[in-house]
Amino acid sequence: MLILKKFLRDIPAVLGLLIILTVCLIAIFSRLIVADLDTVYDGDLISRLKPPSAEFWFGTDSLGRDVFARLIMGTRGALGVALTVVSLAIAIGVPAGLYAGYTNGWGSEIVMRATDVFLAVPQLILALAIAQLMGRGLESAMTALALTYWPFFCRTVYGEVRRLRGALFIEAQQGLGASTPRILFVHMLPNVASSVIVRATIGMGFTIMTTAVLGFLGIGATPPNPDWGLAIAEGREYLPQSWWVVTFPGLGILITVLGFNLFGDGLRDLLDPRLRRSR
Amino acid sequence: MTRFILQRLLLTLPALFGLLVLTFIMLRVLPNDPSAALAGENATPAQIASVRKAYGFDEPLWKQFVIYVEQVGRGDLGNSIISNRPVVSDIAGRLPATIELTFVSLLFAAGVGVPLGTMAAVWYNSVFDHTMRVVTVAGLAIASFWFAIILQMIFSMELDWLPLRGRFPVGLPPPLHITGLYLIDSLLTLRFDLFGQAFSHILMPAFTLSLGGLASIARFTRAGVLETLQKEFVHYAEAAGYTRRRIIWVYVLRNSVVGATTQIGLLFGGLISSAVAVESIFDWPGVGSYAVNAILTSDYKAILAVTLVVGLIYSIVNILVDVMHAWLDPRVAETL
Repeated sequence: MLILKKFLRDIPAVLGLLIILTVCLIAIFSRLIVADLDTVYDGDLISRLKPPSAEFWFGTDSLGRDVFARLIMGTRGALGVALTVVSLAIAIGVPAGLYAGYTNGWGSEIVMRATDVFLAVPQLILALAIAQLMGRGLESAMTALALTYWPFFCRTVYGEVRRLRGALFIEAQQGLGASTPRILFVHMLPNVASSVIVRATIGMGFTIMTTAVLGFLGIGATPPNPDWGLAIAEGREYLPQSWWVVTFPGLGILITVLGFNLFGDGLRDLLDPRLRRSR
Repeated sequence: MTRFILQRLLLTLPALFGLLVLTFIMLRVLPNDPSAALAGENATPAQIASVRKAYGFDEPLWKQFVIYVEQVGRGDLGNSIISNRPVVSDIAGRLPATIELTFVSLLFAAGVGVPLGTMAAVWYNSVFDHTMRVVTVAGLAIASFWFAIILQMIFSMELDWLPLRGRFPVGLPPPLHITGLYLIDSLLTLRFDLFGQAFSHILMPAFTLSLGGLASIARFTRAGVLETLQKEFVHYAEAAGYTRRRIIWVYVLRNSVVGATTQIGLLFGGLISSAVAVESIFDWPGVGSYAVNAILTSDYKAILAVTLVVGLIYSIVNILVDVMHAWLDPRVAETL
């Protein structure tokens, strides 16, 4: 309860959590908010590029689709993609980091040198190349992002495990004859969980951003997907008259990423005393 | 120090070799037919066959890798299917534009971020500090490609204050080529009119790019200054009667930014990533917009070459940052 009290005092972090919860609720109930899917995918050419009004809160785009409805449906896509990418990256990076951190042999060397290679190129550049080679589309963009994001988890876990390896409770387990997988997953994993959770929270925001960039560049989501990045790219041609088509999806990205960053910062302060932001 | 630099270089070599292996695997595993992918979408069967022969795709895998390493070693990364020129010279021609843009962004980010971070630490927990915290977190959450478009909409389309796109006015001959950086070349040749033109063109893209860096620099400086302010030498300096201003902006700041310099390497990675979209929005003739064009035209050789070149530059920057860090703080060199 003490930890909850401490968290509630951190106003920006609470704000972040509220944003995340709101965005998640919007994503879950998007089909209830947007009653008519035609306004998302088909639209009505007669009412194209209409400014915000009582009927269309955020206006309509070049195909007469409701920008508000597309923003709501886009939430679902953005969160879904980010969740998939981050989960895949965790599924690869955490076991790899546990193994490499705990053992000493050539296997550990190979894993860490591989992360060096992936970290030797900015993530987006590598993801662009991989996604392009796999053929355009949301699936290859997601695979590319996961394949380039796991090293960040691997590094984090590796560092933590190296630090814990000599701890008395681990030596005790070794002395009792516990198997390596048992030590790694039953005793190490709970101890590295907090750094992984912090990384994953910030990673969610980061991935939403990168996915939007890929969508904007035309290698992520394909039309008529209500992807935020794609919507900004599509709306660019109709500036400055139809400012609403570009402005609202960008605000969607900003608010969602802001929520994850604020919450991630707060979590880090709470869970990871060594990385505590000085205040 | 020399030993440190050499060691640092040796540590980078395996990663760069690994990058060669990775791009090699990517090209052979990901597309259905690497020869067809490399030859481009509209290639004739004869063209595909010649690519297959040049890259040795019908040879055993180890031989293919030897051929690939030889090609890269010669600096031969193939010809672009669009410009029909070697991709390496395409990229080399576009490098100065990107260097100029990233350098100006970094300069702006540090020039504004360090003072802001210091002030936030000095007036810690004040309204200014809280505002800065919100602004820096928002700065990291803003999508740079979206921000670029919004800036274009306001300052070029509506107000008509700044040029919409490009690096220099069309039809105006750029300054004499000395460094390839227009801002510096125009100053060296004393053409202040051209400097003004180059400056007005770089303003919006550089500001967009600097946003993320500015936010992180401000945050790290704040944390660093707060930590240094607790140190004993600060109390000593206060007791000795130095002015508060001198203590903070000279002694404390010098001891605080050392840690922050290590972040420049990370920042640079972020800059390069954002530059891809931002350059293409502003039609900035750099490596980023080249990469986007390569993607739009499925020019695989160009994409792979950009990956390799960016990886190389990124590694060099990280080495430079480590060397600078060791130079600022000699204890670092001893730990390696």
